[in-house]
Amino acid sequence: MAIISRGFHGRRPAPGRDLPPGQYEVHDFPVLSAGPTPRVTHEDWKFTLRTETGTEHTWDWARLMEMPGESPTVDLHCVTKWSKFGTRWEGVSLDLLMEGVETAAEFALVHSYGGYTTDLPLEDLLDGKAWIAHRYDGEELAPEHGGPARLLVPHLYLWKSAKWVRGIDLLLDDEPGFWEGLGYHSYGDPWREQRYQGD
Amino acid sequence: MDTDGTRDQVYEDGNALGGPLSEIFAVDLTAAVGRCAGCGATGPMARLRVYDRAPGLVARCPDCGRVVLRLVRGPDTAWLDLQGASSLAIPLGPPS
Repeated sequence: MAIISRGFHGRRPAPGRDLPPGQYEVHDFPVLSAGPTPRVTHEDWKFTLRTETGTEHTWDWARLMEMPGESPTVDLHCVTKWSKFGTRWEGVSLDLLMEGVETAAEFALVHSYGGYTTDLPLEDLLDGKAWIAHRYDGEELAPEHGGPARLLVPHLYLWKSAKWVRGIDLLLDDEPGFWEGLGYHSYGDPWREQRYQGD
Repeated sequence: MDTDGTRDQVYEDGNALGGPLSEIFAVDLTAAVGRCAGCGATGPMARLRVYDRAPGLVARCPDCGRVVLRLVRGPDTAWLDLQGASSLAIPLGPPS
């Protein structure tokens, strides 16, 4: 009888769940933050898409809630090496928000309440790959996890999924965000372990 | 941690910079007096609020909240950003 060894992988996730290289699985939901948590009420919340020509498309909370929602269940991969499988979200697809927005931009710079920024190619926000998420695990998104609403781009390291999102600038040229300007990778694909510049 | 929202306000004081910065600088920078480029407040670096539950260290001005210093330690490189500090006064002994 052949013995098949899969080798030693440390803390191995459940069968059928693959970890990107260098990651380990967690079952809690760690809170990482580069500053104090902004407290933004639904009344004050606004989200603005600004094109490279300066045209602004703005949604308030009521308008966001009127839009058709989606309920993605996704795996999260943080650059600090934890991964969390099967997280359940509700939100609005960026595809819907980008409908009717005329742009030649290839890059996006995401802005958050509190001043955080992160950049990524615009195409990584489209085709069902990204949402403005406002509910987590059946409840309103808690402030420490980015509520009222955060960006959710689960195919990239979690620092790209900006908490407390307030807007996205659509740019012709890439502009590094908060961590991308200080050593972290400009793209951040967990499956290629793109943690730092040069990875 | 409690659940009333205070958990996300947790930060260390600027002495938490001492160990990581000692890898880069020969002097103890936590005793240096820095000027915040945002509000102009001056004070010892040890007075900064350091958020270390993040992909790097983020030290903020206790008066205005602006980022004064950021430090990322990669496997073979450290990245240091001091653009939020308009000056640093570093106590030294007499020139040798």
